[in-house]
Amino acid sequence: MSITRRKLLVLMPAAAVAWEYVLADQPEGSPNYKTTDHWWGMLLDITKCIGCGSCVRACQLENHVPDGYYRTWVERYVVRDWGFGNIGVDSPDGGKNGFPVLADKEGKSFFVPKLCNHCADSPCTQVCPVGATFISPDGVVLVDKKYCLGCRYCIQACPYGCRFLNPETQTAEKCSLCYHRITKGLTTACCEVCPTGARQLADLKDPADPVHEFLKTHSVQVLKPHLATGAKAFYNGLDGSVR
Amino acid sequence: MRLMGGESAGSRLNTSMVAFRDAVHLIRLAIAFAIGLVLFFVARGLLVPKSFGEFGHYRGAALGEIAAQPISYAGHEVCEGCHDDVLPVKRVGRHARVNCESCHGPQAKHTEDPGSLVPPKLDTTVLCARCHAASHSKPMDFPQVQVAEHSSGLACDTCHQPHNPRIEAKGRK
Repeated sequence: MSITRRKLLVLMPAAAVAWEYVLADQPEGSPNYKTTDHWWGMLLDITKCIGCGSCVRACQLENHVPDGYYRTWVERYVVRDWGFGNIGVDSPDGGKNGFPVLADKEGKSFFVPKLCNHCADSPCTQVCPVGATFISPDGVVLVDKKYCLGCRYCIQACPYGCRFLNPETQTAEKCSLCYHRITKGLTTACCEVCPTGARQLADLKDPADPVHEFLKTHSVQVLKPHLATGAKAFYNGLDGSVR
Repeated sequence: MRLMGGESAGSRLNTSMVAFRDAVHLIRLAIAFAIGLVLFFVARGLLVPKSFGEFGHYRGAALGEIAAQPISYAGHEVCEGCHDDVLPVKRVGRHARVNCESCHGPQAKHTEDPGSLVPPKLDTTVLCARCHAASHSKPMDFPQVQVAEHSSGLACDTCHQPHNPRIEAKGRK
């Protein structure tokens, strides 16, 4: 096969790009973990959540989250009319120490655990001016705190309110889906301690993951689906009142 | 005629030279541009981290740095490796799927040095109530008690053993 100059000029950059993809398989530090083999999300079962706050405490201890800030938190909803005109939501200290008992038993009430939705088309990564926040090849939205300027743009962009500025480092912070754990084959700290199994780490690329069976057999929804963020935090039993 | 011919020859020369008449300016501009370009690439090479763009528009090395964070929760598989006396008791009870560190707290340090870092004894009055205190927000099928009425101040583990909370199972570990 003869290669003309034109063909060579086309082939060389293509080969360079292809080689980048060959190299782009593994993050340093976790030798047996292939980012291209995974696509992470989470399954949250509202019908199982008891609002004990174990996940919030575990997240804080695992990830050294400063007091008063939350990478994950639990909200208690109280819906008093069915037109969703009168929705009460509280989350005392992120639900870390549980919830005080409600005085009246009017309406329906339930707990909603919240965390970063690890959107496949995340608004927060799109607005970062320096590339300090990004979607990893395995579908986890992460923050590079060495590169973050602390401009807070991502905090405003997240429609789920999942980000905050760490007061110590002055950099944006959020749920990392315990990236340091899942790359070692462990589950996240919140899923590890959840006593009822209301939270389950899900690998959407692993056909053996029970999440596929669950998604197939249940009516599951993501938060704010109309925003088309590609959210990967799937909620079972999600009430229409939940924002 | 001669004059005319001379003129036409001169104008022909002019048109062919007009593009190069001020060429020295263009050359200067080109040199300045080339120097600017070289400076840009040198500065870019120095300022942009080596791994930037490895996987996308971010620093590829950040993935490894984030993954290298030490863990605090060891995971129940590690606990079960040593505490195999608890496992058969726990496995048959209602708390079978409640993982060890859900109550005992983060124990990664204990797994590294089991001798000196012993987990503290737990206060069941606080711990059990976190999950089992009655609330109409909790799922109906979840076992709940009015804490004050239920035990009249006694610690929960007077009757219930947390690893298998059925009262008939009392006395087992």
